[in-house]
Amino acid sequence: MIENRPGLNLLAHLTLIFGVCVVALPVWVAFVASTHGATDFMSGTIPMWPGPHLVENYSQMLGAGVSTSGTPPVATMMLNSLIMALAIAIGKIAISILSAFAIVYFRFPLRGLAFWCIFITLMLPVEVRIVPTFQVVADLGLLNSYAGLSIPLIASATATFLFRQVFLTIPDELTEAARIDGAGPMKFFRDILLPLSRSNIAALFVILFIYGWNQYLWPLLVTTSSDYYTIVAGIKRMADAVDGLPQWHLVMATAMLAMIPPVAVVIGMQRLFVKGLVETEK
Amino acid sequence: MASITLDNLGKIYAGGTRAVGDVNIDIADGEFIVLVGPSGCGKSTLLRMVAGLESISEGEVRIGDRVVNEVEPADRDIAMVFQNYALYPHMSVRENLAYGLKNRRTPKAEIDRRVDEAAEILQIGKFLDRKPKALSGGQRQRVAMGRAIVREPAAFLFDEPLSNLDAKLRVAMRLEIKELQKRLRTTSLYVTHDQLEAMTLADRLVVLNGGRVEQIGTPLEVYRRPASAFVAGFIGSPAMNLLDAGAVPFLPGSAHAGQVGIRPEDLDVTADGPIELQVTAVEELGAQRLVHGHTAGERMTITLPSDAALSDVLRLTPRPGALHLFDRQTGARMD
Repeated sequence: MIENRPGLNLLAHLTLIFGVCVVALPVWVAFVASTHGATDFMSGTIPMWPGPHLVENYSQMLGAGVSTSGTPPVATMMLNSLIMALAIAIGKIAISILSAFAIVYFRFPLRGLAFWCIFITLMLPVEVRIVPTFQVVADLGLLNSYAGLSIPLIASATATFLFRQVFLTIPDELTEAARIDGAGPMKFFRDILLPLSRSNIAALFVILFIYGWNQYLWPLLVTTSSDYYTIVAGIKRMADAVDGLPQWHLVMATAMLAMIPPVAVVIGMQRLFVKGLVETEK
Repeated sequence: MASITLDNLGKIYAGGTRAVGDVNIDIADGEFIVLVGPSGCGKSTLLRMVAGLESISEGEVRIGDRVVNEVEPADRDIAMVFQNYALYPHMSVRENLAYGLKNRRTPKAEIDRRVDEAAEILQIGKFLDRKPKALSGGQRQRVAMGRAIVREPAAFLFDEPLSNLDAKLRVAMRLEIKELQKRLRTTSLYVTHDQLEAMTLADRLVVLNGGRVEQIGTPLEVYRRPASAFVAGFIGSPAMNLLDAGAVPFLPGSAHAGQVGIRPEDLDVTADGPIELQVTAVEELGAQRLVHGHTAGERMTITLPSDAALSDVLRLTPRPGALHLFDRQTGARMD
């Protein structure tokens, strides 16, 4: 829009500032809470400025954890979450890009059926199939393992459609030129398709990493050993203090720590992320 | 280096549509053959069958002595230049040139030598480390040709390589392709819909229409003795005048023919010419002028020197031996 009316500009900015406040205020409150002592938040007035216990709270959480809620140190839970999120993101991308490659570039029997099977996974997220999936994972002895945490969430090829779209924009002549240049199917995939889908892979990685990191219901279900607690599920367990008041300052410190990796991924991959979503020309 | 033989070649698509049929062409080693025809005549299909990108439904393609019907494109020892260049966008020019050689496990030193040599020939040396995105259309075209040259194949296949360039560059590149081919003496098969490009490049032309070969011959043969009314109308600019024989009964031979063809330059203005041209428009080209008009209801165009006198009605005499007679039913040449 080229329109330039001061009134409109002001309104737009007010709307944006309001939006930022709505998002940022709870984060701020959480941060403030994580820097106060145990009782400050129970005293009736909620402090709005950081307190003196920042280093103390965070080092306690990272190193020792909260013994009363039975959760391991935050560092362990973050590592678990990281492994799960990476496994989900990388696994999903690998499966999706390969199945898109098969669907776009090969004519094989039952291709239509394969396509529809992939399509159906779109309608079956974990929440819908959670009971049978839990049964399968339990029977396979995958409870309390990284495989059990990540594989059921990988098993959907929803991103296949994104890659299919990407591959369809790659001109046929490029495929033919590669054929004449002596590149077999897998070589073509590695040398031409992968580099050309780089920014799309990055964009998808950001989305899937956050999706994986934020998994709550499934990890809560399949992990009973505290060695495999993920951070998002761990926060919930900490807040459920049965024999006392929840230690909000520590819960909030954990929440702040849990936010760091997704934020880092988004900031670090911002440029590729935007490029991958808006770029159309190959 | 090799000859290419197309033996009764045909293509039938699933669904029964016949795109190409009964094509017989013998291409000698080192020859430059241009396939020319209107869009949809099957010329690209034919080229892609030779390349191996399109399956062959009937007949045989031989490169050298080898039947290549079932051979993968990469193993046919051909290189192809595409209309949209088809350069790998994520690779530098050097990597683009080297890719085909690398896949063939050519030694590194040999790849470097050939890439540098091709870059030298095509004057793209200073772009070797750039990405295709940073090149102009003409430069990309050169890189596409470089990719063909480095392979040192038995044959070059060109699929309308100049149609994405602007008119001026097209003329310049046309000449370069011609010179390059003369220098390398590599058998070439070139597809175009532009009859001027076809005339200027070809050792021999193959004029295609509706999936069939209308005529094969050197540019001058095709120009001087078109084998059918279609070829007569397609080759030459401005196009040959094709008049209904009934409209010009006074011309010799028109009694038996369906159409009489006269090239625009084969008509002289004379005081007692048998053809009376009602002039409707004049186009000045500088060196000459095109005069459009009609006679007995048939449209006609003639070329005149730019200083020739003009009037609303011109009387014209065909030069001796300049008439082309075509059969009423088949459109084939009658003599």
